[in-house]
Amino acid sequence: MRIPLSWLNECVDLSPDATPESVMEDLVRVGFEEEAVHSFDVSGPLVVGQIVEFVAEPQANGKTIRWCQVQVAPEGETAADGGQAVRGIVCGASNFEVGDKVVVSLPGAVLPGNFVISARSTYGHISDGMIASGKELNLSDDHDGILRLGLLGLDPKVGTDAIELLGLSDSAAEINVLPDRGYCLSIRGIAREYSHATGNDYRDPTGNAHPVHGEGFGLTIKDDAPIRGRKTSQSFVLRTVTGIDPTKPTPSWMRSRLTLAGMRSISLAVDITNYVMLELGQPVHAYDLDKITGSFTIRRAAKGESLKTLDGQVRNLHEEDLLITDESGPIGMAGVMGGASTEVSDTTTSVLIEAAHFDAVSIARSARRHKLFSEASKRYERGVDPRVGEIAAARVIQLLEVHAGGAAGTVGATYQNFDPATEIFLPGEFASSLVGVNYSSEEISKVLGEIGAEVSSVEGGFMVLAPSWRPDLTHKTDLAEEIARLTGYDRIPSRLPVAPPGAGLTRQQNFKKIAMNSLAASGCTEVLSYPFVSASSNDLFANSSKAVSLANPIQEEAGQLRMSLIPGLMETARRNLSRGLTDLALVEHGAVFEAVSTNSVLFPATTARPTPDELANLNAGIPKQPKHLAGLFLGARLGAQPGSKAVAFGVEDALHAARLVGQAVGVELEIRQSKPKGLHPGRSADLLVNGEVVGLVGELNPTVSKSNDLPRTVGVFEINLDLLFSAAPTAVMATPIGTLPAATQDLSLVVGMDIAAADVLLAVRQGAGELLEEISLTDDYRGANIPDGTKSLTFALRFRAMSRTLTQAEASDARDAGVELARQRFNAQIRS
Amino acid sequence: MSQSEGISKAEVDKAVKTALTDISGAISMAELKKTKGAILGDGSVLAALSAKLGKLPADQKAEAGKLVGSARAKVSEAFETREAELSEQEETKLLEKEAIDITALPMVARIGSRHPLSLLQEKISDVFVGMGWEIAEGPEVESEWFNFDALNFDADHPARAMQDTFFVEPTEQKLVLRTHTSPVQVRSMLDRDVPIYVLCPGRVFRTDELDATHTPVFHQVEGLAIDKGLSMADLRGTLEHFARIMFGEEAKIRLRPSFFPFTEPSAELDVWHPGAKGGARWVEWGGCGMVNPNVLIASGIDPETYSGFAFGMGIERTLMFRNEVTDMRDMVEGDVRFSKQFGMVL
Repeated sequence: MRIPLSWLNECVDLSPDATPESVMEDLVRVGFEEEAVHSFDVSGPLVVGQIVEFVAEPQANGKTIRWCQVQVAPEGETAADGGQAVRGIVCGASNFEVGDKVVVSLPGAVLPGNFVISARSTYGHISDGMIASGKELNLSDDHDGILRLGLLGLDPKVGTDAIELLGLSDSAAEINVLPDRGYCLSIRGIAREYSHATGNDYRDPTGNAHPVHGEGFGLTIKDDAPIRGRKTSQSFVLRTVTGIDPTKPTPSWMRSRLTLAGMRSISLAVDITNYVMLELGQPVHAYDLDKITGSFTIRRAAKGESLKTLDGQVRNLHEEDLLITDESGPIGMAGVMGGASTEVSDTTTSVLIEAAHFDAVSIARSARRHKLFSEASKRYERGVDPRVGEIAAARVIQLLEVHAGGAAGTVGATYQNFDPATEIFLPGEFASSLVGVNYSSEEISKVLGEIGAEVSSVEGGFMVLAPSWRPDLTHKTDLAEEIARLTGYDRIPSRLPVAPPGAGLTRQQNFKKIAMNSLAASGCTEVLSYPFVSASSNDLFANSSKAVSLANPIQEEAGQLRMSLIPGLMETARRNLSRGLTDLALVEHGAVFEAVSTNSVLFPATTARPTPDELANLNAGIPKQPKHLAGLFLGARLGAQPGSKAVAFGVEDALHAARLVGQAVGVELEIRQSKPKGLHPGRSADLLVNGEVVGLVGELNPTVSKSNDLPRTVGVFEINLDLLFSAAPTAVMATPIGTLPAATQDLSLVVGMDIAAADVLLAVRQGAGELLEEISLTDDYRGANIPDGTKSLTFALRFRAMSRTLTQAEASDARDAGVELARQRFNAQIRS
Repeated sequence: MSQSEGISKAEVDKAVKTALTDISGAISMAELKKTKGAILGDGSVLAALSAKLGKLPADQKAEAGKLVGSARAKVSEAFETREAELSEQEETKLLEKEAIDITALPMVARIGSRHPLSLLQEKISDVFVGMGWEIAEGPEVESEWFNFDALNFDADHPARAMQDTFFVEPTEQKLVLRTHTSPVQVRSMLDRDVPIYVLCPGRVFRTDELDATHTPVFHQVEGLAIDKGLSMADLRGTLEHFARIMFGEEAKIRLRPSFFPFTEPSAELDVWHPGAKGGARWVEWGGCGMVNPNVLIASGIDPETYSGFAFGMGIERTLMFRNEVTDMRDMVEGDVRFSKQFGMVL
């Protein structure tokens, strides 16, 4: 909302040195947001001149200029720039006659766009100033010719300051009005708020006009299908004005205010309706009375109906759209936009004025449906004062009478079906206890009175009748806010509440933190990728038919939510590579998404806690969103250094990182060679806990790496943390540590090439039993001296007993039992 | 031949002199060790003299014993002194030889870094956990009921359109990418018993194009307290404490009237940032207010008995003005150089 200061000053006393900036600052204190300052950007000697004579001079370029003598100061006086009273000025326009009064910018004047005027040589003359057009002054879009003051109904004395005359010294403050304060989309509302902020006197502009009577125009409000049971309209006022002179111009003061308020001047009648809307917040529509057929019916659209709106577009109407119809059919979409067939034109002499109230929800839906966010719909959806219509109509009539020569007709209609004022009981202590400031009864009454409420003291508190322009005030809490807001939030004291004793982070929250910190400490960089991916990216590692898709993605090609973190890491890796960062260990923690199939969605009412069934139903429709942790490794783990060559990242780094994550949670991940989708079929594994797959590790399938512009060898892992966490022990239980001497042995077993070392190790461990304290793989030999198709695995074993010193013989017996189990399972033979 | 059978001082002195010469003549530990047998061992002159002591007449024993004993002690001491001397010399030589350029040592492992947005969320969580609050989480794809309806956003109110929402296909399912962390408020109230003090950090979504100051995916942290007798004074006190921990002891906060459907009264929150680049100033930080009674009712909490406050702020924004990050894109692109600046702390 833009507020011309001269206009605001009519409704509230401005401080003498008020500027748009100071007005904004004052308004911020009562809950508005600063946006911008607007002004005409005109300065310097800008005066009324009169054309004394001119000579038309055709030019070589085909143009004809006029060499004019312009009187810019009364005879015998010096001009505003100190120069002579008559000036020679070259003018390219030809829309004027000798004797016309015009606006002359004399040397030294500055026009919008920092256009400095000076005497300059042009077309063989010294042009000592410029005759201005409406556009050059930011007053209109009219650039076809110069501005003739006579056409604005002005006949000022030569030499008069045109800046003051045309209202060009005015400026406007623009503030953002939050959606609960519809009444502040008007000078009336802002002036009241400015008065709250400063304590300066407020004058309600509804006092500028007195109701004008009108009757006999047929009007039916018909709503068979009210939206959400809401009343369609609380008031509908129709009035007529006849005898309008369509050639009358919009007065310059009105034009300058409309311009500063951000509206174009269209015609006097339309400008007046806009002016009254800005002043009072009541949208007003003017119809050409001669184009109206019979009486009005306000009703919902019928199926298949259409309407050509003022902007020339044909709108196919929805059965919820509210229409203004006459006996010819629809002539306007109520509260949104008028129809083309009854539009006021430059020959209109009689108008029908409509100042109506419409239900906010109905208008909001129509505006959104037709994407027609007009000045009217913006106000209606935020709530228009239902009681201001009659005054608004009267104000339009008054302005048409004064400026267009019209006369109020006696024909009109007045429909009024006001809701009773909202009655709110405010317990005396309520605001004090909610805000934490001790408000006296006097203070409460005063503040609520200032916002326009009727306040009466009753047993235990106040009975408050909300003003008609404040549909947002429905609850005692709303009144508490008004009291706090108007008396200032600065009065709120500070007190630190004491929460009940807490339990700290949950186990899972701690797990996550430990896992991420461990990974960072081990060399990984945490990144946070967007979750938006393409279907083909999802298909690399998952089945995209189960993906969650967005209805309005920012990029069509990234319209799904990720099912794996790896595609995001790949993209991040690619971005780093493109910046010359070639050695990467990236990890990311975040949700992945999988759609669920559900039946109909039924939303519980918000008037009570939902039932367990309702909640279960709501939650059943929400996609699965497990938290994952993934990593990606490429390039060099360590670059070349003194004494060592570069060491490449590989799948072992991914495996190490995955193990760290397991360790952070207190579980040892089992690794089972497998062929997960998207990974290298011979260099990948599932990660398991208690036999359940919780993740994967491996190299990216080189085809995938290649098509994503990544190097051939890229190690990755991904773990479903939800599964991992649920497998984690709730507490770690310690076993006693043996302190007697250990016996160590080495063991080499020959097994088939396709047998996994981990399985052989497990067999030896299980066979050897509890005396085997530790076993690790120390060599994997393939080559000469063992049978073809086999490999030799060497293990280091450490045996220990709790209660005695083991003999080598006891250790050997345990080892042999391990070998036996490996032989049974995998035909393992001791290497001879 | 009592003289020849006795032990003369000259004889002892000579043996001592010879031994001391040998000891001082050794220039390495190896040489010194070689002399040990000759001067102190069983076959040494001093050992022979000791053996002779037993055969001496009783009246000579005491004096000769003293003579030989002190000689042996003298030689032993000299040996040990020389041994220590040589050992130190050799150790010094070895240390010199072992010297390396420690600035040219190879790295044995990389050092990584956390993302500062995660670190900031953890830091903020830490502040509130310290006050006894709990950390709550919720889904990122959320039902409109939690994201809007239960938060007092009327289906037709323009406030609902103020947040540029991502909708999920098919739209009849009424699922959105949560536009704020506030739905976690509702879930917390439904899941927990009052009193409730929870902090909800998390990722949120709006349909903004990525540029220097906007990102469609960002993070918020939301606080919610529901208890008997809470007022805006408790809200201010909590925020002031929070601000001081985040921005230093001189930090303070300012509340300005505002509007949010889920709070009433509502306020914009500015923080006085003493360490702001270019000097201390007020910085817009977030929004807050007293929980709207309609929100309490939708979660089954009686607004006549309980009241509450809520606040929320952007993590990215906080990081930008707290840690002088000037471009939003640095926080989302995953360039490893960005995180590296932070390492493991903010």
